[in-house]
Amino acid sequence: MSKFVKLEKGFNVNLVGVAKKEIVDSLAANIFALKPTNFHGIERPKLLVAEGDLVKAGSPLMFDKSQPDVMFTAPVSGEVVEIQRGDKRKLLAIKVIADQHIEYVNFHKYTVSELNSLSKEDIIKQVLASGIWPRLIQRPYGIIANPEDKPKAIFISSFDSHPLAPDFDFLLKGEDHYFQTGLDMLRRLTRGKVHLNLDSDAEVSTLFGSVTGVQVNKFSGPHPSGNVGVQIHHLDPINKGEVVWTICPYGVMQMGKLFLEGIYDASKILAFAGPPVKNPRYHRTYDGACIEKFIEGNLAHQNVRFVSGNALTGERIAPDGFVGYYDHLITVLTEGDYSEFLGWLKPSSKKLSFHRAWGLLSFLKTDQEFDLDTNTCGDERTFVQTGVFEQVTPMDILPTHLIKAIMAEDYDDMEALGIYEVVEEDLALCEFVDVSKHPIQSILREGIELMLES
Amino acid sequence: MKAIKDLLDRQKPLFQKGGKYEKFHYLFEATETFLFSPGHTTGSKGVQIRDAIDLKRLMMTVVIAMVPCLLFGIWNVGHQHYIATGQVATFLQKVGIGAYVVLPMLLVSYGAGGLVEVIFSVIRKHPINEGFLVTGMLIPLILPPTIPLWQIALGTIFAVVIAKEAFGGTGMNVLNVAMTARAFLYFAYPAQMSGDVWTYMGDATQVEGYSGATALALAYNTSVAGTSTVLASLGDSWYANLYDLKNLFLGATPGSIGETSTLMVLFGAAILIFTGVGSWKIIVSVFGGGLFMGYLFSLLGLNEFMVMPPYYHLVIGGLAFGAVFMATDPVTATHTETGKWIYGFLIGVLTVIIRVFNPAYPEGIMLAVLFMNVFAPLIDFYVIQANKNRRLKRATI
Repeated sequence: MSKFVKLEKGFNVNLVGVAKKEIVDSLAANIFALKPTNFHGIERPKLLVAEGDLVKAGSPLMFDKSQPDVMFTAPVSGEVVEIQRGDKRKLLAIKVIADQHIEYVNFHKYTVSELNSLSKEDIIKQVLASGIWPRLIQRPYGIIANPEDKPKAIFISSFDSHPLAPDFDFLLKGEDHYFQTGLDMLRRLTRGKVHLNLDSDAEVSTLFGSVTGVQVNKFSGPHPSGNVGVQIHHLDPINKGEVVWTICPYGVMQMGKLFLEGIYDASKILAFAGPPVKNPRYHRTYDGACIEKFIEGNLAHQNVRFVSGNALTGERIAPDGFVGYYDHLITVLTEGDYSEFLGWLKPSSKKLSFHRAWGLLSFLKTDQEFDLDTNTCGDERTFVQTGVFEQVTPMDILPTHLIKAIMAEDYDDMEALGIYEVVEEDLALCEFVDVSKHPIQSILREGIELMLES
Repeated sequence: MKAIKDLLDRQKPLFQKGGKYEKFHYLFEATETFLFSPGHTTGSKGVQIRDAIDLKRLMMTVVIAMVPCLLFGIWNVGHQHYIATGQVATFLQKVGIGAYVVLPMLLVSYGAGGLVEVIFSVIRKHPINEGFLVTGMLIPLILPPTIPLWQIALGTIFAVVIAKEAFGGTGMNVLNVAMTARAFLYFAYPAQMSGDVWTYMGDATQVEGYSGATALALAYNTSVAGTSTVLASLGDSWYANLYDLKNLFLGATPGSIGETSTLMVLFGAAILIFTGVGSWKIIVSVFGGGLFMGYLFSLLGLNEFMVMPPYYHLVIGGLAFGAVFMATDPVTATHTETGKWIYGFLIGVLTVIIRVFNPAYPEGIMLAVLFMNVFAPLIDFYVIQANKNRRLKRATI
């Protein structure tokens, strides 16, 4: 019973500097880091290694007290060089300097026939130990899935509609077998279906088009059509008390490899893209790679910001920072720290806007790619304009009222207005188009934290 | 440019925390950001890029949409002056006398309102609200040209303080600020707000047979007297073709400065709708509500005003201006999309009811907008409730 959903609402943010489909091997990139700050719902991380310890790819580095079975493991083999802490000794990063030749922890390797009879408990046990478990995200709240839950369904979005997003079909080329095995494993973790959601506006992918055993749905329309939260809303929305899981295609592939090869393979293809990048392309490296190597000689100028993830939901990292656990993209943006004479009045077709108010001419060039910088284009004000958030949220949700309920800390209203159905990325466009420049995503996360505590 | 920027940068420390003029921080900020868009950058988490829109641009769009009404209003003040005094005048003479009347009103309104904004930004420590760019222009446009300037100042101050700042500033107000100013003046100084006030005379004497009654007043009076039909008495005006349908639509008639020309209002509406700044749903539904009620009345036909063709309601009085520039104020209108249909429709309906039945207030749109401003949260409440119910219902299936 596959579904086709056509979404009308939304907005594509097209940026200059899309990565060319060529892969450079940057495997030798020196230091790799696991950052506990990448994970929502982590309370008290417990370290399992000390500086100077030798680890293999898949060796546990830490776990969290709230979910002691979920291991966070090393992406590469090598030596733990630094345990970075911040204020109040908050754990920020565990850095590992990689060996020339990666050694793997030996997990159980199964034959195809063994896999068919594998129990749910065995699957969960191996995934928990490997370090792949944190890729399973629970909705509501967008936190790491609880292995004891029996999710109503599992959802996988096979495409990312964010600005400059990499193409999963390209990232997972040749991994079909692992991907299918991953799906087979996932099917046993839910009491319902596994949904794989495809982009109907793109060419049919050989990888995602040929899978079996799951429900394949198609989505059409502008961003956020690729957001798994939006897709869930149209396929099988989350009601109070229900739990569903989501996972990205990369995690599915990793899972397949874990069972077929018995290794935690954290090798990853990353897009290094953005307007100031001279040669935007893909790099083959490992999870948590230091971005320093990608930068060298590859920037048009130096006044830039590096973002792990995309320009709408990402996080700023230092020039010697590390890629986030969930990210397949480094976005480079020009810093917008300039002031402009009568900037609020000047007509411009170079600045992208969802709106058409005075002087905003970008709507004339819908297919053009824009060179946007990090300037806020105005300051924060109270809510004035209405009806705009609704135009970029293709869900039966009233974003303005949900956000106001969160600001008022009204638990009943948050629940009634659908906080279970959204995470930050689903309302990121609201934050982008907001006339009054509110930090919508961080407000939403505060609301989610409140619901988690209650 | 560089020199101004440097000058501002040099003065900046004085206005920052601990500086000599710390209190005036937001005044400085307003000046600075007016001249130079700030070089602020996005936070470290969340959106790294922002849409080019901001509140200043949004408000500026509304101001631009009002310009056709303002310019026409200036000409029309002069035009009405010369026909009432029986003189022949050139286009420039008309614009000259119009500007002489209207520009001081505009200055007073911006001056008085701006002063209140600055005072409140100092006391309440909030940024100066761009919303006043719009309010300051709206107020003169909905007043008669003969109103004393001090009353404009008083009305503006009252509205900005009571209707806006008392609630926390732009975005927090319940009532439309400009409409509040007009309502205040209407009830506080009825003599200057009704009757023979719609034509600026200056020192000149009026021509024989002149009557200052607006089309609305004429329609109402005819209906009360019951001597002839409304259309007949509109046609039988003291000045040839003053109140025929074409002239009412074009707007060369006496009335508040900006409201007379439905054509110019429609230009403004086109700008607001094209830019998406004003809600087309509200504009369409106000017109729809007015027509609907007018049609219903013409079916009932209890008096002469009722049997007036319904479309006349859209060209006489301030319904069109109110629909486009007042009802669409996003803060005081309903915030939900479904709510906008209901809100606009009821404004149209109420306007016509008030016009036809209420002897004291010939202009219905003012009270209709204020009344629906108060009810907008209630409409939203039910629309939001419906959304919540859909979610609940889904859970129990």
